[in-house]
Amino acid sequence: MKMKMFAAAVVLALLAPSVFAQGKLNVMTATEDLASIAREVGGDRITVESIAKGYQDPHFVEAKPSFILKLQKADVLVAVGRELEIGWLPPLVQQSRNGKIQPGAEGYVDASAQAQILEIPQGQITRAMGDVHPLGNPHYWLDPENGKVIAREIVAKLSQFRPNDKAYFEQRLADFINRLNDAEKRWAAMMTPYKGLKVATYHRSFPNFTDRYGLDVIGYVEPRPGIPPSPGHTLELIQEMKRQNVKIIMVEPYFDLKTPNAIGRETGARVVVLAPSVGGTKEVTDYFKLFDYDINSLVAAIKESGAK
Amino acid sequence: MRPMRLVCASIVAGTLLSPSGALAQDTAQTLRQEIDQLRRDFDALKQQYGERLSALEAKLAAAEGVAVPAPVQTPPGQPATVAVPEGAAGAGGPTGALPVYGAAVAGSKVFNPDIAVIGDFLGAAGRNAIGGNPELEMHESEAAFQAVVDPYARADFFISFGEQGVNLEEGFLTLTELPGGLLTKVGKMRAAFGKVNTLHNHVLPWTDRPLVIQNLVGGEDGIDDAGISVARLIPNPWLFLEATGQVFRGDSGDALFKSSERGDLSYVGHLRGYQDLSESTNLDLGLSYSRGHNASGIVDGADVGRFATRLYGLDATLRWRPLRRSIYHSFIGRTEWIWSRRDQFDGLQSGMGGYLSGDYQFARRWFAGVRYDRSNHADATSLLDTGGSITLTYWPSEFSQVRGQYRRTNYAIGSTANELLFQFQFSIGAHGAHPF
Repeated sequence: MKMKMFAAAVVLALLAPSVFAQGKLNVMTATEDLASIAREVGGDRITVESIAKGYQDPHFVEAKPSFILKLQKADVLVAVGRELEIGWLPPLVQQSRNGKIQPGAEGYVDASAQAQILEIPQGQITRAMGDVHPLGNPHYWLDPENGKVIAREIVAKLSQFRPNDKAYFEQRLADFINRLNDAEKRWAAMMTPYKGLKVATYHRSFPNFTDRYGLDVIGYVEPRPGIPPSPGHTLELIQEMKRQNVKIIMVEPYFDLKTPNAIGRETGARVVVLAPSVGGTKEVTDYFKLFDYDINSLVAAIKESGAK
Repeated sequence: MRPMRLVCASIVAGTLLSPSGALAQDTAQTLRQEIDQLRRDFDALKQQYGERLSALEAKLAAAEGVAVPAPVQTPPGQPATVAVPEGAAGAGGPTGALPVYGAAVAGSKVFNPDIAVIGDFLGAAGRNAIGGNPELEMHESEAAFQAVVDPYARADFFISFGEQGVNLEEGFLTLTELPGGLLTKVGKMRAAFGKVNTLHNHVLPWTDRPLVIQNLVGGEDGIDDAGISVARLIPNPWLFLEATGQVFRGDSGDALFKSSERGDLSYVGHLRGYQDLSESTNLDLGLSYSRGHNASGIVDGADVGRFATRLYGLDATLRWRPLRRSIYHSFIGRTEWIWSRRDQFDGLQSGMGGYLSGDYQFARRWFAGVRYDRSNHADATSLLDTGGSITLTYWPSEFSQVRGQYRRTNYAIGSTANELLFQFQFSIGAHGAHPF
């Protein structure tokens, strides 16, 4: 009898960690925007870490082995998708020895699945168009509406892994969406006076943002996506900006400011460095501050430039 | 409750509206007939609307200049077929219907592997009496086919076409789901000996491979053989540590390893340590070992000597890339030292060699590099070749590259070579991963 009791106790003790105490779900994300949204909805039931930093170009992240170690322990991997990470995420995932996070496996989330994607190329595409993304523009998180879609996607996955916490995640999701709705009203109010304002951007990083707030992008500093500025294209852009009286150039923090500044001097336009991602500058610590910062910077620059 | 009520309501409504207007007869029989009639009407309506909708969609798509996919005629799961040409059966050909490949099963094309072709064009000018390249050469055209096999594995094939022959550079299966965190590869692969041996030509920072690889590690192909590789991460709180063990048939390079019996396998062991020193700087260290039978004991096709070669390697890579300007500036310092102990008829030959190189990216598309080379000869270690190179590389885009290299080599035998090498590289097809 005693023996049996002892055996039962041992079995229970062995089972205990797996059955009774579920640790925090370990979520890895490709970028800090996804990490911020995951943090909003996952609360204290998950740990989150991003591979890319908000101030680096997300197309060119190095596949460092230290990331392999982190991915090895991940329960869930949230990727931006649309081939944004094609140069670095696949080798990391392959070497992670983690079956859960392989593309298509239960722990892999493509956050773009339900999002509104712009610039999906029509007809034939070739690389003569530069580093074109055949599945559409991957910078879709810069529209708060897509932020909600991403949050839902993450909550669905978290609930699948932790069915007991489903209500908790759902409640946090509802709260996140409420706060985002309030913030969106504020942002929209700030941007409404500038609807239809013509701007230029460095890379095609902001289509969802400019679409949401009614800005009209008339040109890019890059002649083609991923191709650095050329003198001929820069001259054309200057002429076009002068002709259309464009007074704002939006630039990502990881690009060299030499060409944008030169264009600014020629045209009298303001060069405004925006955060394309959470972590893009020091003060942008979460998804809400991302839009706060970008819209504040943009409005300040527009006012300074005297553009209308 | 709701659906029930709805059904009742619709039945009542249907009864009221039906043209037969048989309100008086409320027997179950008529009711059923009328329901059937309604259902038929509804289906007809549904079809009508469906057709109208697709016609509208087609019109819309045509207006936007997009081709409308033709509705698939074949029922799903049943491939289209054609009749066998007359007379085929009599001539021993197939009978019955033949499946048609293409249009009707176009959906299966999504499972085609990612395909890429990388061209490597080399040119050389100057004098080299010993190991010179041709003036102009389409050095290599590498075709890559990569895809996931099933939930447990993926496969990678790299087939390199020279101007003359074809070589399976690599072709292996990677098992991603093995227990114990084992990353297992089966097939032909570049061995995990040091750094340069693992790299394909198109990711090298030079147009050539260092002298030590030419002299001690089997030349351009290096240790590249059919076998099995198992790699495991060694958990520890300090750094990334990976141990790799590989067993190969024992044929590598022109004269490095030669297998003349079933048991003449070659082995490679590799230990890799990696640590981030800061956000932008990291250090990669490796220790390598390899052993296999060499060709020096083979006389008239029989391996009478049974001689072996052992290689020991040490490699270090220091990388610097500031994240905020990661696309503009970076530096990679590489060094690799290899010791060779080769048994042959005239006794043990112990030689060594290595290289030290640095590559600096000074603009978004520009790289400059230097390399120092020295190496003994594997079979006559009293002979020492030394050399040096400077390189300049330009990337028109992520998918092409132009490189020039000035190379000076002091050969132990023969005259000093001064050469200008130039290279065009270009890649089409699937976007591959950036090398690390």
